[in-house]
Amino acid sequence: MNGVIAGISYRALLGRRRIWLLVLLPAVLLALAVLLRTVGADGERATVELLKTFAIGIMLPLLGLIAGTGVIAPEIDDGTIVHLLSKPIPRPVIAQTKFLVAASVVAVFAAVPTFLAAYLLVGLESGVAAGFTLGALIGGVAYAALFMLLGVVTRHAVTIGIAYAVIWEGLVGNLVPGARRFSVQQWAQTVADQISTSSFLTTEIGLGFAATALAVVTAGGVVWAGQRLRSFSLTGDE
Amino acid sequence: MNLELAQVSRWYGNVVAVNDVTMTIGPGVTGLLGPNGAGKSTLLHMMAGFLAPSGGTVTLDGTRIWRNHEIYRSIGLVPEREAVYGFLTGRQFVLSSALLHKLPDAEDAARKALATVEMEGAADRRIETYSKGMRQRVKVAAALVHDPQVLLLDEPFNGMDPRQRMHLMDLIRSMGTAGKTILFSSHILEEVERVAQQIEVLVAGRHAASGDFREIRRRMTDRPHLFRVRSSDDRRLASALIADASAGAVSLTEAGLEVRAVDFRRFTWLLPRLARDAGVRVLQISPADEDLESVFSYLINRSR
Repeated sequence: MNGVIAGISYRALLGRRRIWLLVLLPAVLLALAVLLRTVGADGERATVELLKTFAIGIMLPLLGLIAGTGVIAPEIDDGTIVHLLSKPIPRPVIAQTKFLVAASVVAVFAAVPTFLAAYLLVGLESGVAAGFTLGALIGGVAYAALFMLLGVVTRHAVTIGIAYAVIWEGLVGNLVPGARRFSVQQWAQTVADQISTSSFLTTEIGLGFAATALAVVTAGGVVWAGQRLRSFSLTGDE
Repeated sequence: MNLELAQVSRWYGNVVAVNDVTMTIGPGVTGLLGPNGAGKSTLLHMMAGFLAPSGGTVTLDGTRIWRNHEIYRSIGLVPEREAVYGFLTGRQFVLSSALLHKLPDAEDAARKALATVEMEGAADRRIETYSKGMRQRVKVAAALVHDPQVLLLDEPFNGMDPRQRMHLMDLIRSMGTAGKTILFSSHILEEVERVAQQIEVLVAGRHAASGDFREIRRRMTDRPHLFRVRSSDDRRLASALIADASAGAVSLTEAGLEVRAVDFRRFTWLLPRLARDAGVRVLQISPADEDLESVFSYLINRSR
């Protein structure tokens, strides 16, 4: 962790228009929660459905993508990353710092609103709020690491990230049972299910597999990104 | 400190960008001269630890540069690309550099570096409001903030106005005099000549020539020059010229005479005298191959 790098990364990520992208999805989630409550459809079943499909299914991967790629990809694109890399700081430390920034942003913009939305609808009933908050937190952190790695490895991180979240997790994951085992969203739901006692939330993946997978993706993403930064190359424009 | 390149090559697929270059960059100012696309940036990136050589070694006082972040204690890098964090002020940018170097008094170091490049006045404005030359100067300040022994600058004078250029040239010269190892790349001979004691010429990825500016100048002028001459009587002038050894070949064309001068100095001395003695009026003399590209290609052909 390096304070100077974290400071610059926060300013790059939260300054300007990007913050509106980060605010937009949680705002929609809270608006939907308010709407459900207003029309009286604020039962446990509707709550679980909202959190599963919107909070975990849409908001989490997109915020993970914005934060994860956002902490590093633009700097690689415009060359400003050289300012950080040409310093006597181990490159893995740079990757770890960038990851912590992305993870904290996902925690604030995804996990906190998830809790608020659940609390607004069902209070603390059946542990739904706590379960989904923890699921969103751990899943979001894994997404941040995964998409940061993608931002280091390829210039098409956003495209590939969206393709993964929408096509793999959204479509294939819903149709092909085996594919569900390799989906951050499914692991996040498994975590939520551990705490929640709600009968409307059922998951197929065991906690052992989900927890291991989340740990491997998170740690692996950060370590690999650090190694890739060690061999970061500038290819001449000439 | 010495930057040493031993048989360094770099290729991208089948394209060879840098071909078997061996050179030592020692204290003082060295200019890396070559036309665009000669591989200057590629070579400089390898010296700065931002590119792995495909073959050969790049070391700083015997220490490998690639994948070694410790070398940045000794190296300051001014990259060619303009991009800097636009949302930071010049002072914040230079200060961040000082802090990343973990300097004991970062504030003071940043202030000194900004003063060195004469940017105190605009230091508290955001970089996005800066002109190209100002951006270049804060980049130089950020690279100088830890007082490195080695400074690498990629096309540093691009986009600077003449006054800023003069100032940066003075700065580079004085750092060179102070015993720092400084290397900068440029495609403009006059620029390099004015600052560098030592010039390394790179053409098409090859190390074409090496020496002080007099040596490089001499090698660039002591080559066959092609002149186009128009006069009141081309035929008579041609026969007078052909009798002298300094004119290697003379041909009569529609547009006038084409003379290949083997001995540049003698030819320029001789031509007016011959014309006067033959009673011919010279109307126009123009060099036909004075562009830098042909000068470079001459050098590379000779070094082969």
